[in-house]
Amino acid sequence: MFQVRIHGRGGQGVVTAAEMLSVAAFGEGRHAQAFPSFGSERMGAPVVSFCRISDREIRLREPIMEPDALIIQDPTLLHQADVFAGFKQDGYLLINTTKTLSELGVDGLLESFIHDRICTVPATEIGIKHIGRPIPNVPLLGGFAAIAGVIRLASVIKAINGKFSGKIAEGNIAAATEAYQVVLAEKQAAGLKTETTREA
Amino acid sequence: MLKQIEGSKAVAEAVALCRPEVICAYPISPQTHIVEGLGKMVKGGELKPCEFINVESEFAAMSVAIGSSAAGARSYTATASQGLLFMAEAVYNASGLGLPIVMTVANRAIGAPINIWNDHSDSLSQRDCGWLQLFAENNQEAVDLHIQAFRLGEELSMPVMVCMDGFILTHAFERVDIPTQGQVDAYLPPFDPRQALDPAEPISIGAMVGPEAFMEVRYLAHAKQLQALEMIPELAMEFKGVFGRDSCGLVRTYCADDAETMVVAMGSVLGTIKDVVDEMRADGHKVGVLGITSYRPFPLEQVREALSNCKRYLVLEKSLAVGLGGILATDVRMAVSGVGLNGYTTVAGLGGRAIPKASLHKLFREVEKETLDKVGFLDLDWEAVNKQLERERRIRHSGPIAENILHDKGIASAAKFG
Repeated sequence: MFQVRIHGRGGQGVVTAAEMLSVAAFGEGRHAQAFPSFGSERMGAPVVSFCRISDREIRLREPIMEPDALIIQDPTLLHQADVFAGFKQDGYLLINTTKTLSELGVDGLLESFIHDRICTVPATEIGIKHIGRPIPNVPLLGGFAAIAGVIRLASVIKAINGKFSGKIAEGNIAAATEAYQVVLAEKQAAGLKTETTREA
Repeated sequence: MLKQIEGSKAVAEAVALCRPEVICAYPISPQTHIVEGLGKMVKGGELKPCEFINVESEFAAMSVAIGSSAAGARSYTATASQGLLFMAEAVYNASGLGLPIVMTVANRAIGAPINIWNDHSDSLSQRDCGWLQLFAENNQEAVDLHIQAFRLGEELSMPVMVCMDGFILTHAFERVDIPTQGQVDAYLPPFDPRQALDPAEPISIGAMVGPEAFMEVRYLAHAKQLQALEMIPELAMEFKGVFGRDSCGLVRTYCADDAETMVVAMGSVLGTIKDVVDEMRADGHKVGVLGITSYRPFPLEQVREALSNCKRYLVLEKSLAVGLGGILATDVRMAVSGVGLNGYTTVAGLGGRAIPKASLHKLFREVEKETLDKVGFLDLDWEAVNKQLERERRIRHSGPIAENILHDKGIASAAKFG
């Protein structure tokens, strides 16, 4: 079972992201369970959502306490909420930001994790560019497809087409695809760097 | 058709397939998405003939459902928590009058303190109201139970609550097989009421009944529940024939055959419990599960049989009989009276407190060793509780409990008394 936890703020589509991720996994014939953190949702308040993906029926109903992947939709949460709680050493991390990990002040914290599994993507900017709104959730799903290889970009696109239509669907697909490419390039670069370091 | 769908949306689709003629509801979390979904289907013309009636309260919702059901219309509503309490008088009337209304209860805690999250306090507070109460383990079962509930309720002429865990199920996206209209039509015939108000042939429903006949009318409500004990397994069998799934029934066991320790529970927590049992079985622990689907009628015989071979049992329940211990546990104890079993009660998950696997692993091992209290509280913060008790001993004007606990736990800036 692969477990994803998404941190963001009310209005950023945090809950929708988990739902769409589950739909993408379902489209690949897998079992998936998405659920929100069940708060009183308010614009701007910290929100958490969860998605489990498995090849078997998912019966577990506890919140995801040891995520295999974290998606951070709002980097201001990095120092405000315990977003890394239970994050696995070999986990995947995707942060929506234009900054570097050291500019975000989390490079030291993430030192012991696997570097090519930690990526940043300017998802808000990609959202504005393609959708016209600062909604980072769908681009981050595209990025997630690149970082972890748990779901395919094609499945994310299929989920987008199930949720939206017309121009909004087109914009979201373009945003997800661009974020996918950004993360893929970043991951490959980090992978090469890691290998070089190992060789040295 | 298999869909990846929100629990509430799936239930809305299932209810629509049952061809309700009147839907009346007042919004309350976590039930709201269900009636929103149905409202959209009525407005969009997908669900017809059906009237969606916006009412001004839950009391009105149940009152309208009583009226429409008495007029011979298949009637549906949904509620939760304070909403169920607010309609309580009408809830008793619906069953007292023998009207087969189906109502979803998206289980949620009852205040004060106000809390929107899941536990079973709401529907269990209506334990003795005469309605049947069926509990769903997952969203597939929630869908299936609604279809069976209309059939069961109408055959008995009694109302049925389908209880599903608020948020945990209502707001979860998961895989659900939504039946076809043909399947549901084959299983659920049109509503043929035992009693119906008709201006052409006027009758009265709801007579005043004095001491000379009240006992008999009440007994007949009990008799209907006893009939339901026979009917629920039959309808589940028939359901399997049409839909190809085991769903509903009175109780279901898991890894029970050679179990020395049995865990009894209702609702979605059964899934987590089963995962823990699988892990413990892999380590050689003889643990099994008894899931209770039908809380009312309570299947005394089936519960007794399921627990007859174990050495000890634990009832894990999301409800608290304040001043006693467990609500479900009391019924389970009645089922096994005279069997000579050690029974334990653990109250868990009140007000949405997570029930993690790790806590259950620890708890079930304590049950195996019988080293736990007869009545316990899973993951209770004793430090916070004792601090408040100490505060009350020290200070006469110790202030509001909820605010004090929030303050002590550093959760909110609340007024502190001492």
